[in-house]
Amino acid sequence: MDFIMQPWPWWLSGILVGLTVPMLYFLAGQGFGISTSLQQVGAMCSPNSKLPYLRDFNRRKGLWTLVFAIGIVIGGFIANNFLSAEPVEFLPESFASVGGVVRLLLGGILVGFGTRYAGGCTSGHSITGIANLNWPSLVATIFFFVGGLGVTWGLGSLIFGGF
Amino acid sequence: MATVSENKIKSEASPPGKSNEQAGVSSLALAMSLLVGTYFGIVLTKSEVVRWQRVHDMFLFKEAHMYLIIGVGVVVAMISMLIIKSQRAKTIEGEPIVYKPKPFHKGVVIGGMLFGAGWAITGACPGPIYAQIGAGAWLGWVTLAGAMIGMYLYAMLKSKLPH
Repeated sequence: MDFIMQPWPWWLSGILVGLTVPMLYFLAGQGFGISTSLQQVGAMCSPNSKLPYLRDFNRRKGLWTLVFAIGIVIGGFIANNFLSAEPVEFLPESFASVGGVVRLLLGGILVGFGTRYAGGCTSGHSITGIANLNWPSLVATIFFFVGGLGVTWGLGSLIFGGF
Repeated sequence: MATVSENKIKSEASPPGKSNEQAGVSSLALAMSLLVGTYFGIVLTKSEVVRWQRVHDMFLFKEAHMYLIIGVGVVVAMISMLIIKSQRAKTIEGEPIVYKPKPFHKGVVIGGMLFGAGWAITGACPGPIYAQIGAGAWLGWVTLAGAMIGMYLYAMLKSKLPH
């Protein structure tokens, strides 16, 4: 029980993350990916949108992505409240400030825009795509790191410096 | 009379027009999506992939934790897919398991870089955003709000962007 209550080591975490792919295929018949849930929510909120990206999205076929996301919310709740000796520190306290909220909002916009433009995120491209030897997914993953490393090393003091 | 009711049945069976009126996924698949989502939410939280500091330390090359998890995850997923393909495995509902490749276009590079930048700033890709919210980290809502705005921006600009 002690083992469960502590943060899990990388090898166990990696195995369990990887197993999500076959589990989702076997049990739900779906390819593992999360960022489509954003499009699903957008399409459900504006079914008669003038934007084809939202209007023409198959909301019934995409519903599982929203249900999957709700599952992740439940999983986060269970893990933090019942499976952790100490609550996880998600973001440094400095983010609970005007500067922090602005950074998270702008960063979030990049996450939403970027994943939809790239056609997937870490789950759909980096895990599922590479595992299926899909070369565009390898390219996407390389550029995820180009962007992340560029911001961290190039604009580091601007973004991560004093708030 | 008979003709009228026949017509009515016919029109109910195939409603005119819209593609998003097509059949969705089954209730079983939705239930299983919720279950696997919960599993994944627990794994994301217990592995600490949801921590901003872990993501930041990954981009700073300060610790290998995230690289190891993603690496092991890809290998486990890859082995799973090799077994699924060689065994021609089916889902629990008897459907064939097929990976739909994600195509290459300019967005894979540009969008990929933008997402990577957002990932570095917020410390969250789409999965961890939901886990943070479930675990009670209110700042996760800010990141989600940003991601929804980003998704809408993409929906608005899609026709003007290079693909």
